This record gives sequence, C-alpha cells and structure tokens, in this order.
Amino acid sequence: MIDMMEQITRIAGVNPRKCMRCGKCSGACPAYDEMEYHPHQFVSMVENGRIDELMRSKGIYTCLSCFACVERCPRSVEPAKLIEAVRCAVERQQGMDRLRPEAVPGLLNPDLPQQAITSAFRKYRK
Amino acid sequence: MMKFSYFPGCTLKTRGAALDRCGRAAAEALGFALEELPEWQCCGAVYPNARDEIATRLSSVRALMAARDAGTELVTLCSACHHVIKRVNGDIRRDEDIRAKVNNYLKPEAPYAGEAEALHYLEVLRDRVGFDAVKQKVAAPLAGMKIGAYYGCLLLRPSKELAFDDPENPSVMEDLIRALGAEPVVYAMRNECCGGYVTIENPDYAKKQAQRIVDNAKALGAECLITACPLCMYNLRANTDGSLPVYYFTELLAKALGVDGEEAKQA
Amino acid sequence: MQRIGVFVCWCGSNIAATVDVEAVSQALAKEPGVVFSTNYQYMCSQTGQDMIQSKIHEYNLSAVVICSCSPRMHEATFRRTCEKAGLNPYMVEIANIREQCSWIHKDRAEATEKAVILGRAAIAKVQLNAPLTAGTSPVTKRALVIGGGIAGIQTALDIADAGFEVDIVEKEPTIGGKMTQIDKTFPTLDCAACILTPKMVDCAQNEKITIYAYSEVEAVSGFVGSFRVKIRRKARYVKEDVCTGCGLCTEKCPQKKVPNAFNLGLDTRRAIYIPFAQAVPKVATIDADYCTMLRTGKCGVCSKVCEAGAIDYKQKDEVIEREYGAIVAATGYNPISLAQFDEFAYSQSPDVVSSLEFERLMNAAGPTGGTLLRPSDGTHPKTIVFVQCVGSRCDGAEKGKPYCSKICCMYTAKHAMLCREKYPDTDVYVFYIDVRTPGKNFDEFYRRAVEEYGVHYIKGMVGKVVPENGKLKVRASDLLDGRQLHIDADMVVLAAAIEPDKSARPLATMLTASMDTNDFFTEAHPKLRPVESPTAGIFLSGACQGPKDIPETVAQAGAAASKVIGLLSKDQLTCNPCVAAPNEMMCNGCSSCEKVCPYGAITYVDKEFRGPNRTTLIRRVAQVNPAVCQGCGACTVACPSGAMDLKGFSNRQIMAEVDAICL
Repeated sequence: MIDMMEQITRIAGVNPRKCMRCGKCSGACPAYDEMEYHPHQFVSMVENGRIDELMRSKGIYTCLSCFACVERCPRSVEPAKLIEAVRCAVERQQGMDRLRPEAVPGLLNPDLPQQAITSAFRKYRK
Repeated sequence: MMKFSYFPGCTLKTRGAALDRCGRAAAEALGFALEELPEWQCCGAVYPNARDEIATRLSSVRALMAARDAGTELVTLCSACHHVIKRVNGDIRRDEDIRAKVNNYLKPEAPYAGEAEALHYLEVLRDRVGFDAVKQKVAAPLAGMKIGAYYGCLLLRPSKELAFDDPENPSVMEDLIRALGAEPVVYAMRNECCGGYVTIENPDYAKKQAQRIVDNAKALGAECLITACPLCMYNLRANTDGSLPVYYFTELLAKALGVDGEEAKQA
Repeated sequence: MQRIGVFVCWCGSNIAATVDVEAVSQALAKEPGVVFSTNYQYMCSQTGQDMIQSKIHEYNLSAVVICSCSPRMHEATFRRTCEKAGLNPYMVEIANIREQCSWIHKDRAEATEKAVILGRAAIAKVQLNAPLTAGTSPVTKRALVIGGGIAGIQTALDIADAGFEVDIVEKEPTIGGKMTQIDKTFPTLDCAACILTPKMVDCAQNEKITIYAYSEVEAVSGFVGSFRVKIRRKARYVKEDVCTGCGLCTEKCPQKKVPNAFNLGLDTRRAIYIPFAQAVPKVATIDADYCTMLRTGKCGVCSKVCEAGAIDYKQKDEVIEREYGAIVAATGYNPISLAQFDEFAYSQSPDVVSSLEFERLMNAAGPTGGTLLRPSDGTHPKTIVFVQCVGSRCDGAEKGKPYCSKICCMYTAKHAMLCREKYPDTDVYVFYIDVRTPGKNFDEFYRRAVEEYGVHYIKGMVGKVVPENGKLKVRASDLLDGRQLHIDADMVVLAAAIEPDKSARPLATMLTASMDTNDFFTEAHPKLRPVESPTAGIFLSGACQGPKDIPETVAQAGAAASKVIGLLSKDQLTCNPCVAAPNEMMCNGCSSCEKVCPYGAITYVDKEFRGPNRTTLIRRVAQVNPAVCQGCGACTVACPSGAMDLKGFSNRQIMAEVDAICL
C-alpha cells in the first residue's frame, strides 16, 4: 500500500507529515457529521498508508470542497486536497464513476443551475 | 473607456441570466466595457485539486489565452468560474510541470505562461473603478436596506491563491453595499459553504447548510442577501425556508445605478 | 626562520581513532622550521600544557602549532599556556584536526593525510606570524537598560545593587510593562501588582537608577565600554519634576472619550492621564492626539486645576546624550494582532477577547472592577471557551508564528481555574493541541485545573465561532471522543501568540545586534552564552530574546545583570589585536573600506607625505580605530589597492596557508 500512499500525496501535492494533530480541520468542517473518517483522520490515515479504507469510505463524496480546512490549517497540510486525491484514485478505476450521464435527466429541476450538474459531473466522474 | 474581456460561463446565459444582464448594464453605467470572449467554453466547472489533471485545466487556459491575445484583463461574474480560472492561472504561473504539459497539449502559437490577469467583477469595482466612483454614480440609493453579503467559499478560499479579500473577514461586498447607500450586515456564516453541488445527491444535507446561513444573517438583522454565485443563489433560495430574499449583487448594483429595467420589480 | 614546536593531540579517541597521530607528528617534524614534534593523549590537560611549556624552554621555540580541536574550544587555553612560558600568545596557531578532520572522515588513511596537510598549513602560517600586543580601552561605569518591564527592572536593580549607575529607558509614561496589566501570576496565584510594584518603587528610590520614562533610544554609537546613546525624551506636556501625581487634572479633563490603552481599549480615560495608580514615575501625561488644547488651542482646564503649575503645553521633545559601558536590551513582547484569525470572530464580537484583555476583565483595577462581565452587555458569562495556540505553531510566514509562545498553556490554566473558583456555576472549556507545562509546579497546577476545578480540557481545536443572538456558537473538534462539538458560549478567549515588540528591530539595527527571522534577539551561544548578544557589550534580558514567563524572565534578567557587572567592574578592556591596519603608502583614498565597515571603525584623514624633490604632498588616507574594529576583514577584501591588511590574518599568511595545502 506504500505505493498507493505515495501516489496520493503526489496527486494532492501536500505533505501529511506536517500535520501536528491540532484538529482544526475537523473543527472547521461543515460536513463533519456526513463523513465516517473526519478530515484529521484522513490526514493520519494517508500518512499511515490506510488508503484502501479511505477509498471505500463515502466521505470522499460528502466533502463539499469548501476549502475551510485548507484555509484554516495552521500547518499547510490541506486535507481537502488529500480527500480529492483519494476520490480521484477511486474514480480513475474502470467502472467507478459516481455519476453517469444517464442519471442526469432525473436530477434536473427547473431552478437548478447548470453549474450544479457540471460541477457534480466533474467531481463524480472521470 | 476601460475594456475587459468577459467570460460569462454556462449558468449566466440561462438560470443566472440576471447576474449577467445587470452586471453588463451596471458596467455600462459605470463606464467600463465587458467584451464577451468569442466562442468561450466551459471554465472547467470545478478546480481540479489533483496536480496531475491536465485536460480539466485546458478550458480555463483557453479563456485566459484569449484575454491575453486581446490585451485585456479577464473578468468573470460567477464565483465558480472566477475560482477555477484564477487558480488555473496560478498553476500555470507557479507549476512548471503543469505549464509544460498544458502548452504541449494545446500547442498555441505563443505558449501561455500566465500573462493574463483574472479578475472578479467585484475586484474591478474595488480596484479598477473604485467604490467612491461607484457611489458618485448611484442614482437611487438603497437607503434603509439592511443587506447581508454572502461570500461562500469559492471567492475567498484558498486565500493564498485567490488573494481576493481577507478570507475570514472579507469586506469588498460590504463596501459595495455602503457605496450603494444601504447598510451592510456582517454575520459570521457569510463565508461558510452553502452546500454546493451536494444538493444533487443529498438535498437534506444541503438544506441544513443553507438554512444555518440564513438563520445567522437574519439574527444579525439582515433583510436580504446578495451573492455572486448562481449555485449559492439556488441553495439559499431552494434549500431554505425562504425567509430572506436573495439577490445577485449586480441586481442591486444596477437598481441603485438606475439601470435595472425588469429587475426593479423583483427587488 | 622560526623555531617551531608541533604538538598533536589525540583528544582521547576523538582524533586518535581516525587519525594516525604518530604518523602526523612524524610527518610534520620534517617541515621547514620545525625543531620539535610530538603527540599526546590530552594536550589541553595540565600535563599536556606543562609539556608544551617545558619544550618551549628546552628547544627555545619561537612559535607553536597545536593540532587539536577547533580554535573556538581551546585557542585561548593554549595562548595562555605559551604566554606563561614567555612566548607572545599570537605566535600560536591551531590546526583543527577534530571538527574539520577526524569527526567528518571515516577512512583512517585519508583522515591522516588531511591532518598532515592542515598541520602543514598552520606551520606555513606561523612562519609569518609576528608578535601582537593587545591594546586597551576604558570602561564607562554606567549601564543602559532599554525597556522598563519586569526584565529591565530586575536587571537595573541588580546592576544598581552592585554599586553601578544604571539608566532605564522606557517608551511608555511608566515603567512596569506587561506585568502591570496581569492579574494573578502562575503557578502560585499571587497578585502581579503586589510583587511588581515594590520593585518599581525600588527603582524610583534607588539613587543609582535613573528612569527615563516616555523616552526612546534614537541613536547608538561607540563600542563595548564606551557607547554613546541619544535618548529622545518625548514631550509629556507636564513638567516631570513639578507634577505631584495628585491626579486632579485626570479627573477634570473634559475630554473623556480616549480609549484607555492600559485596559486595552476596554474602557476610556481622559486626554491627560496617569496610566494606573502605582505608576512610576507617578506623573501625568497629555495624550497629544486627543488633547483639545493641543489640537485647537482652546481648553486649558488641566492647567487651571493644577496647583503645582506642572502643565506646559509648549513642552517639546528633548534629545539627551549619555555614555554607557554596557547596554541591555529588554524590549519585551506583545500579543499578535488577532485580525488575521477572524474565524474566531474577534473583530465581529466584543465577547471574543484576547487573553491579555481577559486579564484586565479579571483585574480589580480593570474596567469591570474585577468582576468578570461580558464587554457586550455587562452580564456574567456562564460558558467560556478558551482557545489555545491562536497564531502559534503556524507553518509558513503568511499567518501566525512558527514557534510555540510558551506561556499560553499556563496562563490559560490559570484563567480557567480562576473562573471556576470565582464563579463555580461557570462552564469552562479549554481547547488544546498539546498541554505544555514544563516548569517547577507547572504540570501540577494544570492538573489541579482539571481535577479539582473541573475545567473541561478538550484535545482539539475550534474551527469557527459564529456570534448569534447574544451567544457565540463555537464549532470545534474533540479528537479523543471523535466528535464535532457545538457549544453555545458566552465568551471566547483567544490565547494569541506573542511576538517581539516592534521597537526591537530598529533597536537591533542601532546596536548592530543580530536577530532571528522572528525578530527575537540572537544570543551569542544558544546554550553557553544565553544572555549576551554576539555584539560585545550588548546583553539580553527577558522576552526580547524568546518567549518567556515571569520566573524565567527574572532569572535571565539577573544573569544579564551579572554579565554587565562583570564588564563594568573592569577598569580597562583588552582589545583584540587582530585588527585591520592600512598601509598608508598604498592607500588611494577611495573610501571602499569605509563603506563596507559594519562597525564604523574606519575614517579618512588628510595627511602630509614626503614627495619627490623635498616637496610635501597632502593625501587622503584610511585610519582604523583599533578599539572599534572587530577584525572581520571585510575592508581587506574591499580594498582595491591591497593597502588594507588584517593583523594576524595578513594576505601573505593566508596565501602561505593556501600554498601549503595546494602545492
């Protein structure tokens, strides 16, 4: 799993070893209760090579990419980038798209901006 | 007259048309020209955090290159477009690897190295026009209105790259509100996430997010909210109890400048 | 040709394990001029030194080369040894075969070869050495302490106690510093004012101490033993020697809306003020930014009520000049601005306060008379959240500081404990990253806060504070329980990082004292010379050198004082004889050396020289003040004509060393 860990930190471009375990990311995260692994755990689990568990977690889809953890991290660890790297690692596998084009018409409503669909498409599919 | 290249983005032609229409009308009134980029494409929709993603950065680069070739700064109104384009521009400037791969792929006549400047419309108002000049052009001051500015995430964060305003205590929209003759209401939730695209998968979760923002703004005395993002607008309207009206900041700007036309009825 | 003795040291096994010391002493014995060469286990031991001295006599040595550790370790030792045997101490050269050879090589043959080469270079240099005599300079027996907080006060009292004159320059109207604003002190909880103000009074009454309050250092020249310092005495608009400190003016002044800096702006004061009751000197000061008389020429109330006739609206700043033998920097610290950390809503709610503001809110002399009340509505807070490490331990220079501010864990434990003691119905939370309480009775103190006072210590950090409906909604992580907490707090207290006072950087420039990237003064050695600046005659006291609590500050203040006393008790200082000297015949008067000299040791004079045919020429030539020159050698490199040379490190000597290594 070491290779996978290197791949994740390379894609994310951040160094989980800079984390000082303050937990400010998890204090700032608006999606905390929607994730089984919380931002600070994400950092620690990447550092410890527990990538497969993270790849199976639904938290990679509930992260809002609001960058509150990135902004407030005092150590420039930037957990959201690690979360996105793990999500990329999942979605880049064959057949692992979260959102398929066929599903889009069912999601539309008259007020929903296109931006929501395009964003979700970009986030949930490779 | 100041001229800027203008990138509207997908939503501003449809659901977010008011953001675009009022923005253009106000620009005209304030004496700067927004020249829409010919044949513009999607901005990329979300910024690719993964450093090895190249294809998803290309459309932003195309817009930036077009602005460079026109010799103007590139202005966006939508927070999301602005976020993506500005950060991709930063990648091109800072990251040699990304720059090389993007140029390899696009093979432009003149390689792109981040020469263009990406600006949000609010930055144009603050840094190019100036709020004093805006104030002087105000024909119908919004006197007595208590307005809460909603920034969301994408305009402000990460501040290292966006360099837009203080990410925890921004002031650009408050200054605009003051220039328009209204009273800004500062509330702490104004830089918290509206729920974003998660509304597609999990509207209940998005509702919790959006309602907390509205509740906080109301508690601090706001009578309406303004935003610069069509998705925020959607979440603040569709995923709340509807107790606070939400406008695009350009709608109120145009109204105060007396150039709003049909938006007057709404506001 | 010198008669040279070579002494190769084993340094136990430090050198001998890697370098064949016998081979080195044998090889060096063959060098030109060497009449004796040997090796020994510990050359710095008494036996080793005795051997050197006996060989100097036995072989009539005129120069000595020691192959041993770094000259920083024992050069002075061996110079003294040789001096006692009648040799000029500057006829000794050290070849560093430990730090620069045995410690960094593994291969014995290679290391031995390098040791021989280093020894050969030292022999080549010593051939050209000339006896040098150190000059002396006088010592002005008076010290200057810059900063009148607890650090400066303690240093001044200790220096004065030894019988030397000492001046304190303090930029505020009173001495006392930060400690005057603190309520109680950890870990004993005694009242800060009760232990500080007697020391302030001692300063005022000690006839050896002169206090220049409301004054700033403006320029420093000179060098160790004889500094000349210009001090700006800012206009108080009150005659310091006439004012009785009765305080009537501060009650009658009609300008009531001045933010009270002593209470950190939590209340207001008048335009004429005495910062607090125990101020030293107890003299009123007019705040020129707010005084109606000074701004518009109309008012004059304070002048009318002053029976002593102390008010002087026409007073001007005055610059005085004084001489000192030693200078102590004691400029202290400040909490950082919290504006950049508004996720905690400091600028959005008056109920979010810094820890220092909290001290004032707990202090009997503070804006609430010692009752803890919320600044927003004057009610008792029932739930208080303390946030540690705000701006401390941050990576990168954009926001906050990279270091631990050291004092916050303890003062937060104190605040939390005092809250629970005075108001047992209060819920107190402390969010911490690590609790760092090394220090005598410190950890016991923190544990008492948890175990006896029931303070909720939570491992985690606050991520967002939202003021709403009179509450502060705190969102935070609880890492041990694995949950996100949502607390409706009445007050939030931020333990802001501390940073050196802004006056420290310009002062360091004036003193040519070095600073680190955080603007803390650098000590001469982090372990062995902690209270001295690398610049001779400059000493460091208190938090200007690094974050410190009161006991540590007082200990360091005393240490700095003892160093000053050691210096001032000398009548003369021995100068370093290895200073620059110009060859006047070669000097072309270009000023290059003067421009690069960091110590201002070089000046130019017009001098008469004999020209051809019995004429005289006036030429402009460089002069070095040997008492000021520190021997850095910058001028010797800058001089285009090669006229400037450094005694003991002449160009010829350096080139001889290079030749010995390379040829």
